Amino acid sequence: MKIGVFICHCGENIGRTVDCPRVAKACEMLPGVEVSIDYKYMCSDPGQNLIKKEIIDKKLDAIVVGSCSPHMHEKTFRKAAVAAGINPFLVEISNLREHCSWVHDDIELATEKAIGLVRMSVEKVKRNQPLTTIEVPITKRTLVIGGGIAGIQAALDVANAGYEVVLVEKEPSIGGHMSQLSETFPTLDCSQCILTPRMVEVYQHPKIKMMTYSEVDKVEGFIGNFTVTIRNKARHIDESKCTGCGECITKCPIKKKAYNSFEENLAYRPAVYVPFPQAVPNIPVIDETVCTHYKNGKCGICVKVCGREAIDFDQQDRIVTEEVGAIIMATGYKLYNIDKKPDDSIYKGYGEYGYGKYKDVVDGLQFERIASASGPTEGEFKRPSDSKEPKKIVFIQCVGSRDESKGFSYCSKICCMYTAKHAMLYKHKVHDGEAYVFYMDIRSGGKMYDEFVRRAIEEDGVKYIRGRVSKITEEDGKYIVKGEDTLAGMPITIEADMVVLATAMVAQPDASALAQTVGIPYDKHGFFNEAHPKLRPIESTTGGVFLAGACQSPKDIPESVAMASAAAAKAMVLFGSDKLEREPVVAKVLADLCAGCFACRKVCPYGAVEIRDVITRDGIVIKQIAYVNEGLCQGCGTCTATCPSKSIELAGFNNEEIFAQIAAL
Amino acid sequence: MKVGYFPGCSQTGTAREYDLSLRKVIEKLGTSFDEVKDWSCCGATSAHVTNHKLANALAMRNVMLAEQQGLDDLVAPCAACYNRLVSSQHEVKQHPEIKAEVESILETKFQKDVKVMNLIELFMKIGTEKITENRKRELKNLKVACYYGCLLVRPAEITKFDDAEQPTSMEMLVELTGAKTVDWNSKVECCGAAHSIARRDIVIDLSKKILDDAKRHGANLMVVACPMCHTNLDMRQTIMKREFPEYKEFPVLYLTELLGLALGMDEKELGIDLHTVKFKYNELAAETAAV
Repeated sequence: MKIGVFICHCGENIGRTVDCPRVAKACEMLPGVEVSIDYKYMCSDPGQNLIKKEIIDKKLDAIVVGSCSPHMHEKTFRKAAVAAGINPFLVEISNLREHCSWVHDDIELATEKAIGLVRMSVEKVKRNQPLTTIEVPITKRTLVIGGGIAGIQAALDVANAGYEVVLVEKEPSIGGHMSQLSETFPTLDCSQCILTPRMVEVYQHPKIKMMTYSEVDKVEGFIGNFTVTIRNKARHIDESKCTGCGECITKCPIKKKAYNSFEENLAYRPAVYVPFPQAVPNIPVIDETVCTHYKNGKCGICVKVCGREAIDFDQQDRIVTEEVGAIIMATGYKLYNIDKKPDDSIYKGYGEYGYGKYKDVVDGLQFERIASASGPTEGEFKRPSDSKEPKKIVFIQCVGSRDESKGFSYCSKICCMYTAKHAMLYKHKVHDGEAYVFYMDIRSGGKMYDEFVRRAIEEDGVKYIRGRVSKITEEDGKYIVKGEDTLAGMPITIEADMVVLATAMVAQPDASALAQTVGIPYDKHGFFNEAHPKLRPIESTTGGVFLAGACQSPKDIPESVAMASAAAAKAMVLFGSDKLEREPVVAKVLADLCAGCFACRKVCPYGAVEIRDVITRDGIVIKQIAYVNEGLCQGCGTCTATCPSKSIELAGFNNEEIFAQIAAL
Repeated sequence: MKVGYFPGCSQTGTAREYDLSLRKVIEKLGTSFDEVKDWSCCGATSAHVTNHKLANALAMRNVMLAEQQGLDDLVAPCAACYNRLVSSQHEVKQHPEIKAEVESILETKFQKDVKVMNLIELFMKIGTEKITENRKRELKNLKVACYYGCLLVRPAEITKFDDAEQPTSMEMLVELTGAKTVDWNSKVECCGAAHSIARRDIVIDLSKKILDDAKRHGANLMVVACPMCHTNLDMRQTIMKREFPEYKEFPVLYLTELLGLALGMDEKELGIDLHTVKFKYNELAAETAAV
């Protein structure tokens, strides 16, 4: 075997602390090394040409490059090797920069170490096997989980590119939180007006299969080849018959048993309902928990009034499976509420704000509904307790957010903006009203964002007080808000008619369970983790699963939409080729040795180890052994380290190769 | 049942009636106290802000004495004593180096965990049904504002008792007597505590706010579980009356005194006559009933 060694100076990065010519010279003497040379910039064009030329001229079988981290240029050198006719997996990189020159200052010792590192790689490359990339077929369909603005945008982008989409939404209608908002910052355009056309577009799109009132139960498979089990919850209304006339809703005698969650519990809804008038699809749902029929089998008024015989009390949940190649997570957020929390919760409630016992202390989404023309007060500012117009409103920012003592380390990002918007909307309608905002900092980065906050302060006269509120109490229908004005250095007490809390954005309560179902990592708050915070913010670490919107971290509408389009683009990149090429660095079970203990299956973080039957010619199962699914395996090597009988090998990193490397040290 | 007792300095002086009523009530409920022998200062108010080592050593000395006396539980009726003892115990448990330091000062080693209780925890341990069983009269026409002060429930992660912002345990005990409780806003506000001597103005301001709040929410009586709070809220009303001519006196009782009344004892027996603001259950009840 003829091996070529190429030592890179990396300008001065390696050359300053490692005597590169000496390393090259020393490596010449190593058994198997045919040629060993150093060069200023091995990754440059002339550097790569040098490698190619040496491979061809000296008829090399394998090469070792002593350079920067393989993360940086392994691909570059493999490409050069392939161009000269060598299998890319017969290229080894010795990291002489991050692992050597950058961390040492003694030239003598660093040079010795560099020689040692190269010697190890030479021993390994001698034992390397040529590997070929794995090809996996791709199902060119996308599953979008969540039908809020992020999910809608992602679904439309993928569908408009010509690929089929399955959009799953757990609520009876798509639209998400954006459909609840009154106006949107920083332009104050009506949220419904810009959102509902998109909702309809999704509904009518020939490439989108919309599944509302549905949840993802199971995800199997791997990038390009997922099988998803979706549970379509029973609406008790036959979707094929219902015309959405709403007769059942108006005639339902249950009026005040269930809170309307779309109105953030500020109003009631009947037992049969659509979440809001512009719901898509406009098909009601019967709530079993309050419907009289499910209590005693009586009532049935809805059955009588429905002209289409669409009411079906016996309807059951339906289980549907879908084959998709990519998954876009767009499950959004929830608002934290200040209620007392169970002891095991990482969050704590606000006892000092009364744990939510005061009716006129509302959160941001409740205030959106109060401000909304379609809300319970039809857009008039009336406080929940007595429907009186509040003349003084105190807005408190950072309730939860950035409050470590309540379990939050993060900033919810959107509250500075929406609080300014709330105060502005209030001042626009109640001219003699006073609006106070308690803030910690104003974080209004974004196009026309700071201008918007300034407008609230300067044009609309919203009074901003820098400081925290220590306590809220009630006194004869007034809310006594005690806080500190840290700029004046004085305690301050405001008697308000209403208090609006900008409570933190938190992950959906079932986000972590869903993440486990889909197989993606999430942080301690339940937000899904991106593969790299800067360079791969859209991808999860699981191949083929992408993230969009506030399920990854708190985000406003423009950011969610941008991320959704990016996630759609990522799915389309995947669909750009018919076969998926994967690195062949995957684990392989040696079937003859495997005893079927499945220790590997327990430790595999990607669920890539499957159970296979070993069957004789007569069809008798003689044993069960482990099998690694190449599509799922990420080549981490955990199974190979765990296997007690050494019967799993990681291609490119097998025991022989690794031990030879160690022995050469 | 026998429970360890750490009276603390107040119980022998300004809060003599607290000690008196506590012992009487306990006895009525079939429990007796095993007082820690040779108990010393708990380190409250001055030690823990000036000398950390001294503060821990003082508090833990008493816990150690209780341990050596073979006690499993130790009740500290004064909220400040209770807070000092549980806080030092917490520090000793959390930090091995502090534990070693305290042990070297005390020249002995901790062998077991003595459970330090406050007044409310004591009654929980005795059993609320004992109070109901032994109740001699129903305290009608009382509308009680339960005042916890700052030290009884805080810091929540150390006391691990009731809710630090919206506590309700004292209300539960008070309602066993037949008295009604009011929902009010100053349950855990500061009374001014040890500023009582040096900055009386602060104490008058803070304590008056608390008393006014109780009145505003319809209470006709306040119940406390801390001698320091009682001093500020009861004794300082003399000055409030002098400085604010409109000020109307408002009775403040120890929780034990209220329980004692329900268990059939009279005001004199319980030491209520020692208070600055005079309180006679029959008079107040009759007055309230008339309104």
